[in-house]
Amino acid sequence: MDAAAIIDIIAPAVPGASYEVGAGIDGATIYVPAAHIVETCRALRDTPSLQFSTLIEITAADYLPRTPRFEVVYHLLSIARRLRVRLKVRVGDGETVPTVQSIWPGAGWPEREVWDMFGIIFQGHGDLRRLLTPEDWEGHPARKDYPVQIKKAAQTYEPLEISEAEFRANLVRDRGGRGGPKA
Amino acid sequence: MAELRTETMTVNMGPQHPSTHGVLRIILELDGETICSARTTIGYLHTGIEKTAEQKKWQQVIPLVERMDYLGAQSNSLSYALCVEKLLGLEMPERVRNIRVLIAELQRLASHLIWLGTHAMEIGAVSMLFYALRERELLMNINELVAGFRFFPSYIRIGGLREDLPRGYHEAVTSFLDRFPPKIDEFEGLLTKNDMFLRRTEGVGIISAADAQAWGLVGPISRAAGLDYDVRKYFPYSGYETYDFNVPTATEGDVFARYRVRIAEMRESVKIAKQAIARITPTGAWACDDTRVVPPPKDKVYTEMEALIQHFLIYSQGFTVPAGDAYVPIEGPRGEHGCYVVSDGTNRPWRVKMRPPSFMAIQALPHVITGGMIADVVAVIGSTDVVMGDCDR
Repeated sequence: MDAAAIIDIIAPAVPGASYEVGAGIDGATIYVPAAHIVETCRALRDTPSLQFSTLIEITAADYLPRTPRFEVVYHLLSIARRLRVRLKVRVGDGETVPTVQSIWPGAGWPEREVWDMFGIIFQGHGDLRRLLTPEDWEGHPARKDYPVQIKKAAQTYEPLEISEAEFRANLVRDRGGRGGPKA
Repeated sequence: MAELRTETMTVNMGPQHPSTHGVLRIILELDGETICSARTTIGYLHTGIEKTAEQKKWQQVIPLVERMDYLGAQSNSLSYALCVEKLLGLEMPERVRNIRVLIAELQRLASHLIWLGTHAMEIGAVSMLFYALRERELLMNINELVAGFRFFPSYIRIGGLREDLPRGYHEAVTSFLDRFPPKIDEFEGLLTKNDMFLRRTEGVGIISAADAQAWGLVGPISRAAGLDYDVRKYFPYSGYETYDFNVPTATEGDVFARYRVRIAEMRESVKIAKQAIARITPTGAWACDDTRVVPPPKDKVYTEMEALIQHFLIYSQGFTVPAGDAYVPIEGPRGEHGCYVVSDGTNRPWRVKMRPPSFMAIQALPHVITGGMIADVVAVIGSTDVVMGDCDR
């Protein structure tokens, strides 16, 4: 099934969305406006003649210096109808995309990875933390303007130092105020 | 009587834990031995392969992607090569496609053997590891014969294969394929009706078909839940539609069902590999004849100026790939293994993205183990067959 046929099927379910057929040498590619991605995904999943019940992956590509800069790419699979489709959402720097976690719970980590690698914010995600890089990482490594080789100092911790008085105070606290060992 | 005060206990499992298949960290909140909640942390093995690939020429990416899912190395390179070939519009000769099928199936056997050995060992059947590794050693020897490298042969290249099959390849593969089916019977004799193994695996870690689809767990996990989705049947590549094989399924969706599916898959892989080796002639075409990608034969390079120039260009500048993007899925040992490649028309990829089955499996792990017993965590991780290199890339 090509992209135009899929658009014809889902268009009544998503009023107001303007789709665009993308060039795809390996199957259907549809450009979806960011505001309509959730309704589009719901229509693709729930329409009986499509049944895209499986989210294969979510990724992104940075097309710097083009504007809008990013494309978020969704690969969907319909096992029942033996179909595949690729959705693309154009996103500019600083713009957001609604999360599709309500459609497929498995979208959580792929979206987190896209945020981690590209810095694209998924609205309503709720758990957009670093996934592959350490928590204190700066920048988004898969962006084209992110340097390939950087030197970053290893994360260090101060050695744990605690005075005897603090140690005793902690003991008292931990025992619920029942007193520590005799000084 | 005063009510007993109970507290949950938080236990940190991993990242350096022998049963987490690498460096997976799970923070478990326990009430006695029951898991109240679980949080997973990944990324300890993130090496930025996808970013590195953008700096390399097309052909140089092959060894990089093989290091992602390091137990199924050649299914990475196969999906990448198929994807770039799709962008280039290349058609492979019959012999190359059959050799690729054979390599993919031997790779699946090697990966499943590691899975079988470690999974059984983790739930108590320690000697299984040695029986499984003994057979895998023969597959590693076949890799060494082909490429001189046991783990990451990089034998599949864009445009075909690196070179023709070595002498003695057919004998090595045939003797392995004759030897291996009785060994599967031996493995099954040790495990399938083993009461201890059944008690650890039956009814544990159930993943239903609906859950498998919602979490994107397409592969042996969803086949153990009753879906018959297999990329080789649904979207055939490399001529799989010409092979006679079945897609094993089970309906229970528990750890034992996943074990049965993978064991049956090994038998089917042997069946496919036997058909493939019968079709492959000892010598013949090992690459397509597109001179954009494949260097001219050596006798021409030594005698013709144009051939020498072409040879030099391919190895110095590489080749360009038409602008566009493509996603090609293949059935890897852990499920759908796809490669999404974007080209901007130059001699280096603009973006390379692997679809990691282990990543999706680990994402769903807390959902599967919450409410179960702590001892089952190891059984569930083993049965999902995760590889952290695949997950973190």
